[in-house]
Amino acid sequence: MGKRHDYFDDYTNAATIKRISEHCSPMNQLLLELIHQYEGRFKVSFSISGSALEQLELHSPESIKSFQELAKTGCVEFLAETYYHTLASLSDTDEFENQVKQHVQKMQELFGQTPTVLRNSSLIYSDEIGERVARMGFKGMLTDGAKHVLGWKSPNFLYTNAINPKLKLLLKNARLSDDITLHFADKTWSEWPLTAEKYADWLQGSTAKSEIVNLFMNYETFGEYLSADSGIFDFMRYLPQELFARDEFEFLTPSEVIQKHQPIAPLHIPYPISWVDEERDITSWLGNELQTEAFEELYKIQAKVKSLDSKSLKKDYERLQASEHFYYMRTKLFTNNEVRRNVSPYESPYEAFINYMNVLSDFTCQVEEALKEQNTKSRKNDTHPQKGNK
Amino acid sequence: MSIRVLMFGWEFPPHIAGGLGTACYGLTKGLANHDIQILFVMPKAGGDEDQSAVRIINASDVEMLEHIPGQNIRWENVNFMEISSNLVPYMTPDVFEKAVQESICTKENTDKISFTNKYQFSGKYGTNLMEEVARYAMIAGTIASQQQFDIIHAHDWLTYTAGVVAKQISGKPLVIHVHATEFDRSGENVNQQVYDIERFGMENADRVITVSNLTRNIVINRYGINPAKVITVHNAVDFQPGNSGKEERPLKEKIVTFLGRITYQKGPEYFIEAAYKVLKKYPNVRFVMAGSGDMLGKSIRRVAQLKMATRFHFTGFLKGDDVQRMFRYSDVYVMPSVSEPFGISPLEAMRTGVPSIISKQSGVAEVLKHSIKVDYWDVDALADAIYALLSYPALSKVVGEAGQEEVNNLKWDNAAIKIKHIYEEVIHNN
Repeated sequence: MGKRHDYFDDYTNAATIKRISEHCSPMNQLLLELIHQYEGRFKVSFSISGSALEQLELHSPESIKSFQELAKTGCVEFLAETYYHTLASLSDTDEFENQVKQHVQKMQELFGQTPTVLRNSSLIYSDEIGERVARMGFKGMLTDGAKHVLGWKSPNFLYTNAINPKLKLLLKNARLSDDITLHFADKTWSEWPLTAEKYADWLQGSTAKSEIVNLFMNYETFGEYLSADSGIFDFMRYLPQELFARDEFEFLTPSEVIQKHQPIAPLHIPYPISWVDEERDITSWLGNELQTEAFEELYKIQAKVKSLDSKSLKKDYERLQASEHFYYMRTKLFTNNEVRRNVSPYESPYEAFINYMNVLSDFTCQVEEALKEQNTKSRKNDTHPQKGNK
Repeated sequence: MSIRVLMFGWEFPPHIAGGLGTACYGLTKGLANHDIQILFVMPKAGGDEDQSAVRIINASDVEMLEHIPGQNIRWENVNFMEISSNLVPYMTPDVFEKAVQESICTKENTDKISFTNKYQFSGKYGTNLMEEVARYAMIAGTIASQQQFDIIHAHDWLTYTAGVVAKQISGKPLVIHVHATEFDRSGENVNQQVYDIERFGMENADRVITVSNLTRNIVINRYGINPAKVITVHNAVDFQPGNSGKEERPLKEKIVTFLGRITYQKGPEYFIEAAYKVLKKYPNVRFVMAGSGDMLGKSIRRVAQLKMATRFHFTGFLKGDDVQRMFRYSDVYVMPSVSEPFGISPLEAMRTGVPSIISKQSGVAEVLKHSIKVDYWDVDALADAIYALLSYPALSKVVGEAGQEEVNNLKWDNAAIKIKHIYEEVIHNN
């Protein structure tokens, strides 16, 4: 504390992003081929955080190029999110709005698109968050559609926010998404091996009386969690063909869904949900006292940071908000599928908390000092012209 | 059918100098709950040991084997002569006599080499340790020839030879239990005699039980023992209710405690250096080093040198209620051991709800989730952890409460079940 202020492990970040981009680049290539092959009938949508994009720009510029190429086809939509994949939507500060704006700017810069649909970190959503998103002018938002969240409702329709019906909601079809992300390579699964044909049959069967199926997946699924030899790329290559053969399917991006389909009902979500854990709640980030203390301390200094001129301190502040810092402090028992998804660099939640809090206290000291300096400077600037007037 | 165990130990409550007695006590109680009969042999039993779970034989009350007619021939099968040359004489009658003559000539230890048939064991770690080890082994032979049992279980190097002798006399299988190795006690300055006895015991045992994977690796790598016969059974802690009561504290500052022998193995210097770093950021705290040992003087000098003697206190050796009181006064418990085969003391601290920081180089780190773990040499990380536990109430609350619950679930019963399985397997293969 108090000596060096390089809070972030650049070396590990670089290694991780390189590994991920290498594993995922075949998927980019495949998507591009499919788009060309089906002449615009095959579509996908991406939500990529500003932090990931920054890392890619630094360590894997060829990945950026490949995403740009996808963007140019007109069949790929980019969604908005918080720039550093943060939990800002759960704080009552205006950090959330700022960070989304920053991310929209990044989408315009890199891909020439202005997102109209937002995907919050880990699909975190509540009525209140949806209302904030609507006020920012977005037309739609993505969230989770797990059975115990929806009750009898089906995720396979378009819904609206309970406060502001202008905001449409697209819900993840958890079962069909998980069949790929969690079960595809699981040889103990009764349905293994999963072929494109079988999967297309399931889609057809489960969607007989519904309008849309939202398959939301972590992009690392393709090539990173599921390696090439699991057969995932062949599966993806033949899936569009199987679906088009059934004649009742079309691919749409989220904004196209919103234009084309009518919402059937408002959806009431008074308490925040997410796509994480069986519970689909936010207790993985804000479930224990360590996490709440860290979260409170973090947002206590928001107003001060906002009044700073220093761009680098502001950036550090936003990076300190990244949701994974809180995830590493979780004391909930791990279930199988989370283990591979979120590998913590810490050996225990306690170490994660100690490290985070010590960084945060150090950062807070820096903010105080910078503020003091700024105030003395502005006082000097104020006094000079007064002297001149006399 | 219940299993009968002939168990060799060196100490048993209330007469304990370290964790071995505590562990033997918890373990035998756990085993007794699982229909296992234990005959526990220890030198110099005081007569006031808790015999509810085990029958204790005072090795001092057992007549030596040489004087039992018709038994002499079996000694020829006993092959543990390599312990030390001056111990060899005691193993066969004629060499024994020769040694006695020599002793009389040099007038050394005449009181020790008694011509009565009973040998008075001191029951403590002393200057004649090797001699006592050998004597104990002879007594073991006598007991092994007189008692009925299915398996032999020997705790730590002092009793390994006894275990091997008992095995060779009786033909029953031997399990040895490694609570510590010479490398833990002495770092790299290993006493060759002790090392040899340890390896001799391990090689002759049918199974070697280690108190942690850390110790298991040492047994495999440093002693060259076949990994297939080395099994880890972690220690546990006895739940004693009423320990977590709040008590009026003598000082209003928070207290950070080190409790243990002040020796190389326990890493006291890292505690001192970390205290110095913490005091710079968090002056309103006191550090306590409880215990004694060969590094006490050096530690006091270092504390004085760092000019923090008004904030850093030495209590000397604590026992019984004083230990419990020290835990109740503490806000943070630190065990920065350089090498700790297991380490029961953090469990005792956590039982009273005190959050603990333990070194990654301890066996107990393998079983605890709700403790903060640091490398013993990483003084910065240790200082960070102490500072955090002092400064962030949420952290000390969560670690303290979760740790207390976790420790209360570490039951000797579970360790006993594992050991029972080992017994069954070994007896079956015999």
